[in-house]
Amino acid sequence: MTEKKIRVLVAKPGLDGHDRGAKVVARALRDAGMEVIYSGLRQTPEMIAEAALQEDVDVVGLSILSGAHMALTPRLLELLKNNGQTHVKIFIGGIIPDEDLHRLKEMGVTAVYGPGASTEDIIRDVRMAVAG
Amino acid sequence: MTYSQAVLKGDRLALSRLLTQVENDTSEGRAALIELFPHTGKAHLIGVTGAPGTGKSSLVNQLALHYRKTADKRVAIVAVDPSSPFTGGAVLGDRVRMRDLSGDTGVFIRSMATRGSLGGLARSTANMVQAFDAAGFDVIIIETVGAGQSEVDIARLAHTTLVVEAPGLGDDIQAIKAGILEIADILVVNKADRPGVDNTEKALKSMLELAHPTERIFQHHGSSMRTVAPKQDSSSALLWIPPIQRTVSIEGKGIVELAEAIARHAAHLTQSGDWAVRERARIEVELDALIVAELTNRFRRDLPHKQYENMLEKIIHRELSPGEAVKLLMESGLK
Repeated sequence: MTEKKIRVLVAKPGLDGHDRGAKVVARALRDAGMEVIYSGLRQTPEMIAEAALQEDVDVVGLSILSGAHMALTPRLLELLKNNGQTHVKIFIGGIIPDEDLHRLKEMGVTAVYGPGASTEDIIRDVRMAVAG
Repeated sequence: MTYSQAVLKGDRLALSRLLTQVENDTSEGRAALIELFPHTGKAHLIGVTGAPGTGKSSLVNQLALHYRKTADKRVAIVAVDPSSPFTGGAVLGDRVRMRDLSGDTGVFIRSMATRGSLGGLARSTANMVQAFDAAGFDVIIIETVGAGQSEVDIARLAHTTLVVEAPGLGDDIQAIKAGILEIADILVVNKADRPGVDNTEKALKSMLELAHPTERIFQHHGSSMRTVAPKQDSSSALLWIPPIQRTVSIEGKGIVELAEAIARHAAHLTQSGDWAVRERARIEVELDALIVAELTNRFRRDLPHKQYENMLEKIIHRELSPGEAVKLLMESGLK
């Protein structure tokens, strides 16, 4: 049996086109030995949930800079639940106001990162979340 | 309910989880494959290979769309990208070009990393394809890593292999080298709206004229292996000459014609008896690989670790050659 790899879907929901952060994180997770499925810009929550299902990922990383996180995140969580994928951990990176942080965590988001977050922290948190 | 029962019932999450088990070669995955095996052998396996950047993923996207729209075939896609040789990590980006397919439950796309395998596929790609086959997908498209000249494993796995070229990648000497071009059942010149497309097509044509028609006999473990049925008469009527198909995949141009060529190739395989021969060759390679892996495991398990280490030390100190060591180990190991 080969070693279990951590599989992460990195997706950018919403309409903004700033994907540099998502690419930096994808690359960092790759360099940490993970398998990163990169699905590109302008994804709907439906597309992300479908990709998460087909790829059997452990983690979904969302990059959201459009301010639409309070609409997109609950929808995605609901879709994942409908698909039977409640074990999938959600990470969010982007511009998230402080007052929304708490509400996102309450919904079931594992972690939220703002500008200046270190990729080492993200890697450590992903590993810990997947290990349970 | 076991994985295999759920998969046969059409449970997509169970299929996805099974693919992970198969990819990680777990005992659960192996057990499910054994149960699913009687349900395999129905799908048409289409391989898509070619150099990085020739447009394989976009082409796969268009082909899958075509099959969904015109034939209502269920399509599975296995997209392979390379793992880092240093960290083992990977960025699998083929889905980026396949977004047109989302929202359609008749399509299932799975990305996989090569995990150290060198032939253009991962070690477990064939097993994942088997799982899709058993799950009832009519067409399974296997996209290899961006392949150079010798990533030819795909031709052993697929019934129909497309080799994708694009203008400006090489001259007619590249075209007569052995390897990837030889395995093509259909040559696709993608990005055919680019300058230089006539030269690319000309080079491929002259390659075909120099080399074909010929029977394809694979070299396997140094010995040769047929992938075409022996022909009764000497006429070349039953030999397949790879057609060259121009496409512009981002605009969907040439896709209908390409699908027709694929259908013609499938019909040719059935009529000539090559389908059965290819199946046999593929299963033989798989069986051999499994036997080798099992024998190696068993041998290593039965051999005292210390004895192996001692042997290794002796080789490092040049007291023994690796060849002699193997001979000694075999004699002592197979008591």
